Amino acid sequence: MEHREQELSEHFEATIARQGRIEPRDWLPDGYRKTMIRQIAQHAHSEIIGMQPEGNWITRAPSLRRKAILLAKVQDEAGHGMYLYAAAETLGVDRGDLTEMLIEGRQKYSSIFNYPTLSYADVGVIGWLVDGAAICNQVPLCRSSYGPYARAMVRICKEESFHQRQGYELLLTMMRGTGAQREMVQESVDRFWWPSLMMFGPPDDKSPNTERSMAWGIKRHTNDELRQRFVDMTVPQAEKLGVTLPDGKLRWNPERGHYDFGEVDWDEFWAVVGGDGPCNAERITRRRTAHQEGAWVREAAMAHAAKR
Amino acid sequence: MPPSADWPLFEVFLRGKRGLNHVHVGSLHAADPEMALRHARDLYTRRNEAVSIWVVPASAITASSPDEKDPFFAPAADKVYRHPTFYQIPDDIPHI
Amino acid sequence: MTDLPEFDAYLSLAEVSEDDHRWAFGTGFTDPLAGLDVAVPPSIDAAALAAYCLMLGDDALIYSHRLQQWVTRAPELEEETALANIALDLLGQARMLLTRAGQAEGAAGSKGRDEDQLAFFRDEGEYRNVRLAERADADFAELVARLLVFSAWRLALLRQLTSAADPVLAAIADKGAKELAYHRDYAAGWVIRLGDGTDFSHARMQAGLEAVWPLTGELFTPHPVEAALPGVAADVSALRAEFDASVDAVLAEATLRKPESRPLARVAGRAGRDGVHTEAMGYILAELQSIARAHPDATW
Repeated sequence: MEHREQELSEHFEATIARQGRIEPRDWLPDGYRKTMIRQIAQHAHSEIIGMQPEGNWITRAPSLRRKAILLAKVQDEAGHGMYLYAAAETLGVDRGDLTEMLIEGRQKYSSIFNYPTLSYADVGVIGWLVDGAAICNQVPLCRSSYGPYARAMVRICKEESFHQRQGYELLLTMMRGTGAQREMVQESVDRFWWPSLMMFGPPDDKSPNTERSMAWGIKRHTNDELRQRFVDMTVPQAEKLGVTLPDGKLRWNPERGHYDFGEVDWDEFWAVVGGDGPCNAERITRRRTAHQEGAWVREAAMAHAAKR
Repeated sequence: MPPSADWPLFEVFLRGKRGLNHVHVGSLHAADPEMALRHARDLYTRRNEAVSIWVVPASAITASSPDEKDPFFAPAADKVYRHPTFYQIPDDIPHI
Repeated sequence: MTDLPEFDAYLSLAEVSEDDHRWAFGTGFTDPLAGLDVAVPPSIDAAALAAYCLMLGDDALIYSHRLQQWVTRAPELEEETALANIALDLLGQARMLLTRAGQAEGAAGSKGRDEDQLAFFRDEGEYRNVRLAERADADFAELVARLLVFSAWRLALLRQLTSAADPVLAAIADKGAKELAYHRDYAAGWVIRLGDGTDFSHARMQAGLEAVWPLTGELFTPHPVEAALPGVAADVSALRAEFDASVDAVLAEATLRKPESRPLARVAGRAGRDGVHTEAMGYILAELQSIARAHPDATW
C-alpha cells in the first residue's frame, strides 16, 4: 500500500514538474486537494458576492444601453461562479457545502467587494480597476496545474476582458462629458485605487503559503509581482483617461523598468480581510437570506422531481 | 423527513453551430432533466442562438482515468464528479 | 521590463474578434430590424402608433425593472441566470418599442424622442404600462405566478402583432414572441413544480396566484388607442381564450385552483393604460430615473 502511494506521489510530482495537468481522477496529495478546493471555492464565492456591488446599480443605470450591459455583466458573474463551483466539485465537495462555508464565514471572498459602490461611476471604475486586477490574478491561473480550474479560467478570462473594456469605455465617455461626470469618475478612482492594489493580497514577506503553492503550480506568480504588473499596465490607462491616481509617490523608475508606487495601508487591508470592512455584513446577509429564503423553493423542485 | 434542497449534478455537452460533435463544457445543478436543459441553455449558451445541448445526470456517467495510473484507493463508481472533462480550448489563447 | 508570458494571453484576449458581443448579447444574432424601412406607413395613425408602442414598451420596461430587483436574491444560482435572461429580453423589447414610439412621434409631427428620453424623462402619468407590470413580487411564488400570467398574455399578443401593418412592429413582435414562449415555459415549469411540490410550496403557489389574479382583467380590456389602429394593434379581448387555455393547462398540472377574484377596479374609469398607476409606480420611477435626471445634459 505504501509503495503504491509512493509511486502515485512520484507520478504527481513529475506531472507538476513538467507543467502537465492534474485531472479529476488522478491521485493528488491531501494538502494539494485542500488548498485547491479552498482557492477555487473562494474564487467562486468572489464572483457571486461580486454581483452585489455592481448589481446595486442596474435599476438606476442612466441609459437603457448601459442598463443592459450591466445586467449582462452581473449575469456573467453568476455564470462564472457556477463554472468555478463545478470545478471545485470535481475535487470531492458539494456546492451546497461550499455555500454554507461562505455564509458561516469559514471561507472567504475577495475583500474588494466589501467596499461600497456609492456612485454610478463606480460601475466603470470596477470594470476598469477591479476587473483589471482580477484579470492580472486570473490569466496566470489559465495555466493552473489543476485541469478543470485552468479550463474554467480560460472561459472566464475571455468574458472578463470584455467586462473590463466596457467599464473603461464608460469612463472614457464620462471623462469626455460634463464636469459633474468627470468629478464623479475622479472621486470614484480616489476610493477604489488603493483597494484594487489590495486585491493582490499581503506583501510577499507576509505570505507564508506562497512558496508551497508555487511549487504545486497552484500559484504561478507572487503577490508583489502581480501587483507591480497591474500598476505598470494601469498607469498609462489612467493617463489616457485623464484621471489622477491618488498616490503622490507614483513615478516611472527607468532603472527598474517599472513604476514606483507608495505603500498600501496594510491596517485597512487587515481590517477588511478580518471582517470589519464597510460592507462585510451586508454582503453575507444578502447571500444568506437568498439561500435560506430559497430553501422551500429548492425543496419543492426536488419533491416534484421525485413524484415523476 | 423534508426533501433535500440540494439539486443533483448534471454534466453539460454542447454542439455548436459549426461543430461536428458534442463537447463537454461543464456542469450545473438542477432538480430534473428539463430544468437542467433550460439552465444549460441559460448558462452555457448565454444568449447565443440554439445549438444542440445534452444534459446527463453526473451519476449516470462511468469514467475511465485519463492517465495510466489508475488510483486503486477509490472505487470507480464512487465519486461521480471524478471523471474526465474535455473542454474545447479556443484557438486564440496561446500558452495553453 | 520583466515579461510574464501569460500576459501575452491577456493582451490577445483583449483583441477584438468576431465574438466581440458574445458576453452581453450573444453571437449570430441578426438584427430583427435590419433593412426595414422605418417610415411609418401613411395609412397608420402615427400618433396612435406612438402611444401603442409606449403601451407595449412600458409593459416590458417596468416588468424588466421588477425582475432586475431580484438579482442576487434568487433561490438558486441557476435561477439568477434565468431571471436575468428574461429581464434582458424584456429590456431589449422595451428599447425597440420605445425607439419605434419615438419614430412614430416624429412622423406625427412632434419632435420624436429617443429611447432614453422616453424612459428617463417622462412623468408617471405618461407611462402606459398595465398595473400588473409594476407589481412587486413578495416571494418566488408570486414571481412565477405573475410571470406566467404576463408571459402567456404577452405571447398571445405578440403572436397577433406579427401580422401588424407596421413592418417594424411586426418584426419586433416576431423576435419577441420567440422570447416570450421561453419565458412562459419557464414560468409554467415553476408554477407546476411549486404547485405540485411540497404542501408548503403548494400553499404559497396558490397564494401567489390569488395575489396576482385581480390584475388580470386589465390585460384584456380594450383601449381607444387600439381602436385607432385597425390592422395594427391586437384585439386584446380576443386573446382571452388562448390565454385561458394556456394557463388552465398549467394550473391543472400544478394541482392549483384557478382564482375567482374579480378584477381590480379602475380609478375614475382610468388605469395603467391611461397613466393612472398603483402607488408602487412612483418608487419605481424614482429609482429608474434618478441618476439620468440628475445629469439631464449628460451622455452615457
